[in-house]
Amino acid sequence: MTIQTKTSANTTKTAENGVNVAALLGAREALGKTPEAARFKWRASSEWIRGTHSRATVDGFFGLGGEQQHRQTYNFDSDHPEIFASEDKGATPLEFVLVGLAGCLSAGIASIAQLRNIQLKSVKATLEAGMDLQGILGIDETVRNGFDGIKVRYEIDADASADDIAALVAQSQKRSAVFDIIANPTDVTVTASKK
Amino acid sequence: MSQRANKPVTRGPAGATEVVVIGAGHSGLAMSHVLGEQGIGHVVLERGEVANAWRTERWDSLRLLTPNWMTRLPGYSYRGDDPDGYMSAREVVDFISAYATHTSAPVQTRTAVTGVEPIGNGGDGYWVATDRGNWRCRAVVLATGAFSKPIVPRVAEAMPASVEQFTAQTYRNSQQLPKGAVLVVGGSATGLQLAQEIHLSGRPVTLAVGEHVRMPRVYRGRDIQWWMLASGVLDQRIEEADEPDRARRVPSPQLIGTPERVTLDLNALRALGVEVVGRLMGIRDGKAQFSGSLRNVCALADLKMNRLLASIDEWAERHGVTGEAGSAERYAPTDVGQSPRLGLVLGEEVRAVVWATGFHPDYSWLHVPVFDRKGGLKHDRGVVDAPGLYVLGLPYLRRRKSSFMHGAEDDVRELAAHLAGYLHRATTDLRSLDEVDIRTVGVIAASLPRRPDSTQTAI
Repeated sequence: MTIQTKTSANTTKTAENGVNVAALLGAREALGKTPEAARFKWRASSEWIRGTHSRATVDGFFGLGGEQQHRQTYNFDSDHPEIFASEDKGATPLEFVLVGLAGCLSAGIASIAQLRNIQLKSVKATLEAGMDLQGILGIDETVRNGFDGIKVRYEIDADASADDIAALVAQSQKRSAVFDIIANPTDVTVTASKK
Repeated sequence: MSQRANKPVTRGPAGATEVVVIGAGHSGLAMSHVLGEQGIGHVVLERGEVANAWRTERWDSLRLLTPNWMTRLPGYSYRGDDPDGYMSAREVVDFISAYATHTSAPVQTRTAVTGVEPIGNGGDGYWVATDRGNWRCRAVVLATGAFSKPIVPRVAEAMPASVEQFTAQTYRNSQQLPKGAVLVVGGSATGLQLAQEIHLSGRPVTLAVGEHVRMPRVYRGRDIQWWMLASGVLDQRIEEADEPDRARRVPSPQLIGTPERVTLDLNALRALGVEVVGRLMGIRDGKAQFSGSLRNVCALADLKMNRLLASIDEWAERHGVTGEAGSAERYAPTDVGQSPRLGLVLGEEVRAVVWATGFHPDYSWLHVPVFDRKGGLKHDRGVVDAPGLYVLGLPYLRRRKSSFMHGAEDDVRELAAHLAGYLHRATTDLRSLDEVDIRTVGVIAASLPRRPDSTQTAI
């Protein structure tokens, strides 16, 4: 809700952040008209290796009305660190949550910056989540298992004012799937069957 | 209307006219006035009395969000001695009623429309069925407003039975509420006003807030609405909006009209002791779950407010009003506290919830295929997707000011011009009309009371 002013003609340099905005806007337009194509299913599979070590695999997903494949299969090892008497064969699952949040927010920042014609030079995030182990260890029932809060700190160098950069980061949170998954309740169903 | 289109059950023919305007609120009456100026025969059908929603569906303390000097309708403006004040709901009723009298609007009150159906295959006009007979007309103007049905989110289904539920439409004053804590849901003007009033009644309030619009009541010594009007913000057209659908869904700004012209924002409410939490996302096992996004929605609102204020400052500079206005100001960022609450047990201490989660228009009686898959009315800036059908008074219908009283005139004049063109084309194109119908309509329309040419009031 701002007063509209004509932008001067000498500031029409297009930002280059490696985001195909035309494709994003095209997808938005198309998916608005075909809601069924907008329904996606994201998948991962996982196999326990030993101890607290598991290996997860990501390759296919469903979207645009059909099965889709990543360019290649991705594997992720998760484990616990040695101070928990584990072998530390990978990041902890908790850290994957932070990795997911950072990846999602930064992708959003780049897309929105491109849309707003803001040239990014560097986008660095550090994330920190607090957690009280008394929760998962069952020592104190009043302590939750998960994070008691997440702090994300962005340092961004871009051709834009501090307010414009703050607005990028805020808009990215508003449109972030992982932010939403973390900040809002999600129904989770876990089943098991004997092989 | 349960009957088929061309054979409605008649409870005595009410008549025929060129245009039926449904709703005698400010929009419908403004349209009536402009149609009258153009000599277009019409009737305004009103389910209750003039300004019915303001009489029967608003809370007691509600005041307009715009100052009196802005409050005007085509050919009529505020005449009181408090131009900087904000009308109470009662005063709005008086203002709109005086307008109806002033313009000699052909209003038929206590006439509830029960159905609107096209005659034939479209283009031949409409049947408007009411509980007092049926009208035949060539065009229909929907002026029933945007605030007919309160929206209650689906999470309400999981509300424990021990919690009394109210909406902004059923809430009148805090005396209705049980003693105990209250959850108010919604971060627009309504949510904040009700949260304040209820909290001050001694019932501790938790206010759940999603995306919202923050602005000061008075900026640089003038009402924020003065700045938005003078600088052209309120005149921005929907065609110029980057995302029209989203622009139309923006909640009302956090404003309140008080004699002291105070700013009502989340910081002010927290200072009173209201607990501000994130958007209500779910209710599970009797516990409300709030979003962890509160910090971000507040940051977004602060950034947007600062952008608005910066653009006002820039405009003031360009137009040389800096001398007479106070100096540029910025306000403290919204403080949400150390760790906003994420859950709240309902039913024990919290005995009531007030849904201030917006309104839908109600077109349940409109039996014309003009709805999209989500039930929204398909229209282009008020020209509905069916010949001779128009809609008024929706948020950002044509301009940012469209849903405000002072915003009615420009929209009504443009839509009335479109409507007049439609009637003219329909009349001259005999192939599209049954001649007998035209004669019938003409004869009956001529017998309807016509407004005399009104004497215009200078605005």
